[in-house]
Amino acid sequence: MSDKVKVTIDGISIDVEPGTSILNAARQIGGDIVPPAMCYYSKLQGSGGKCRTCLVKVSKGSEKDPRPMPKLVASCRTTVMDGMEVQNITSPEVVEARKGVVELLLINHPLDCPICDQAGECHLQDLSYEHGSEATRYEFDRRTFDKIDIGDKIQLHMTRCILCYRCVFTADQITDNRVHGILGRGDAAEISTYIEKAVDNDFSGNVIDVCPVGALTDKTFRFKNRVWFTKPVDAHRDCPKCSGKVALWYKGEDVIRVTARKDVYGEVEEFICNDCRFEHKKTSDWVIEGPRKISPHSVISANHYERLTPPSVVRKNPALLESNKEQFERVTKL
Amino acid sequence: MSFSERIYLPSILKGLAITFKHIFKKRETIFYPEQERPVSENWRGLHSLKRDEKGRERCTACGLCALACPAEAITMVAAERKKGEEGLYREEKYAAVYEINMLRCIFCGLCEEACPKEAIYLDGPIVEADYLRKDFIFGKDKLVEAPLKS
Repeated sequence: MSDKVKVTIDGISIDVEPGTSILNAARQIGGDIVPPAMCYYSKLQGSGGKCRTCLVKVSKGSEKDPRPMPKLVASCRTTVMDGMEVQNITSPEVVEARKGVVELLLINHPLDCPICDQAGECHLQDLSYEHGSEATRYEFDRRTFDKIDIGDKIQLHMTRCILCYRCVFTADQITDNRVHGILGRGDAAEISTYIEKAVDNDFSGNVIDVCPVGALTDKTFRFKNRVWFTKPVDAHRDCPKCSGKVALWYKGEDVIRVTARKDVYGEVEEFICNDCRFEHKKTSDWVIEGPRKISPHSVISANHYERLTPPSVVRKNPALLESNKEQFERVTKL
Repeated sequence: MSFSERIYLPSILKGLAITFKHIFKKRETIFYPEQERPVSENWRGLHSLKRDEKGRERCTACGLCALACPAEAITMVAAERKKGEEGLYREEKYAAVYEINMLRCIFCGLCEEACPKEAIYLDGPIVEADYLRKDFIFGKDKLVEAPLKS
């Protein structure tokens, strides 16, 4: 008997290592059936289980015990069993529950997307577009906080926070000296530094990248530009502290922001140090690798003309394809 | 041609009669710009950046109008509101520079539709002709509504 277990998610089967979570099994399949995750972060130990957006329905527990699980489970925290059958987008119950979760996440969110620097790459924004309803039923005042400066480069907007704890795990695991955490409990919980003590670790800037919403933002990028007007470019430099592999965000000739490279699930590939993130904003500091691939569904790719897409009618005609290519070369030569 | 046709007089008189008849008819010409034609409900003219009921600028430089603009006519530079400017700008971010290139604009009204803050409306007059290209780039001085009279 092989040591791999078989799990079926939305009718697609895959063999995975025992101990894999349902979410990670789904990510190995990829595509639309991957549950969204706001708090789970594969590179941070102990993350997950807080936001409940990754809820799925387990319609068959395992081969030995085929009873379904009585309630929806958080897929980031539930490990797969042999013969498990999971329903994600095929289950109306899950879709409905996710809508409720989004509504709860948005209860105290100020919805100030027009102001927020995260707009355009915000996971909560994507999630509420996909799963949420248009209007809110909440009639009370949303909780408000003053803006807090965590060091001179990071700004915390507690109003936007969804308490995913990712930044706390980052501070705990990536940086060697944690100075910020959660104060208060339940409804009153908030991210804060101890007496607003500055985070002066070399890797503290990564809390900006792991934040799924606009709660932790780069102060050097504050209100500089909207994400979709900037052009992301992959670049690297020889950095003694980190891998030095970053994404530069250009506006015209200027680098206005440096971030780590994020994968399809919005997780950084490699954490970068504050030196790279905040201090090197000149093209001459970097070795450019090429434009960053952005999903055509993302708003960041709007008005960025990467190639001339021929209309679908001519796509199969080799002569037209050739002439399209020629035209593209002519146009891009300048 | 017959004799009457050859002397042209009846035709000339007929033509003149039509001309004279129009002297007593209602005049169709509208003397623009002194006089203006009534516009339809969905008229789209020059943009104006609106103020709210307290006279603060509504625009928060979110960039959605520029994103929606098919002609890429809109550019803006955002700035952060400072202490003491709460009476000028409604949100904590505002457009320090807001420019529309009127030669590029096609008056489609998508900026109006995209605006989440109800800040831009195409409710102005026809954009006037000018001589220089640079004069068609309308900045905030031409676009923002006049401040409220207190």
